Amino acid sequence: MKLTEIAELLNARVVCGQERLEEEQDIAFASDLMSDILTLGDNFPMIVTGLCTMQTIRTCEMGNLDIIVFVRKKKATPEMVELAEENDMVLMECDFSMFKACGLLWEAGLKPIY
Amino acid sequence: MHLEYTIVEGDFVNAGSASSSIKKTLKQLNVNPSIVKRVVVALYEAEVNAIAHAYGGKVTADIDAGTILLRVIDRGPGIPDIDWAMQEGNSTASPEVRDMGFGAGMGLPNIKKNVDRLNVQSTVGVGTTVEMEVNLA
Ligand SMILES: Nc1ncnc2c1ncn2[C@@H]1O[C@H](COP(=O)(O)OP(=O)(O)OP(=O)(O)O)[C@@H](O)[C@H]1O
Ligand SMILES: [Mg+2]
Repeated sequence: MKLTEIAELLNARVVCGQERLEEEQDIAFASDLMSDILTLGDNFPMIVTGLCTMQTIRTCEMGNLDIIVFVRKKKATPEMVELAEENDMVLMECDFSMFKACGLLWEAGLKPIY
Repeated sequence: MHLEYTIVEGDFVNAGSASSSIKKTLKQLNVNPSIVKRVVVALYEAEVNAIAHAYGGKVTADIDAGTILLRVIDRGPGIPDIDWAMQEGNSTASPEVRDMGFGAGMGLPNIKKNVDRLNVQSTVGVGTTVEMEVNLA
């Protein structure tokens, strides 16, 4: 699925990485636990999370995970956007709950890692 | 190549700066990306632990052709029972640390999975040294 379609589906604001929206993404992983996000080995899913801090960006940087969707109306701070830009990430902000966002993504055909 | 970084007490915002720098260095050395990821994930977990559970410290890295040897040395309360701490799910993280998305008790087991050799030494009331080695080829 194209990132632009994902943004539309989730009614999300793209706050960083607009130039990458034509890219395709087929797998996703949702968690609010940073160590959980670091157990994915050589899988590189889109991350759906309600944890919206500098650590979220850092953790994704460490894991080479560069597409992040914040749910539950979380907003990225300017510092977060800056670090995300340095790492060529795509950041989206979505007002839906984690359950609704994941449900919509699942229905649209995004695949889990396990 | 010998590198050193300071881990500042309580500085969660910069937790991961050593890992980030080592990531760039290993990339420049053309190390295989999945090996880089293993090194960086392990170092990051240890760096966060030195801030979340101790009062900061330092990271040293020694890189030669075949391996990277990392040491994360902190001043802190130490780990009374290392076997307990190594088990997935065990954590003494504070509510503040949990609010930042840490404290699942997955860090040390995750380090173990990612490195080729791990040695955790700890003295209660003094501090902890996590020594990790990864084969680069
Ligand atoms: N450097 C350290 N100094 C003191 N105690 C530590 C240190 N590192 C780990 N511990 C102890 O070991 C426990 C387990 O650590 P581990 O990294 O596995 O999980 P965590 O940090 O609690 O949570 P997570 O890593 O999933 O965010 C910690 O909760 C803490 O009690
Ligand atoms: Mg930890």
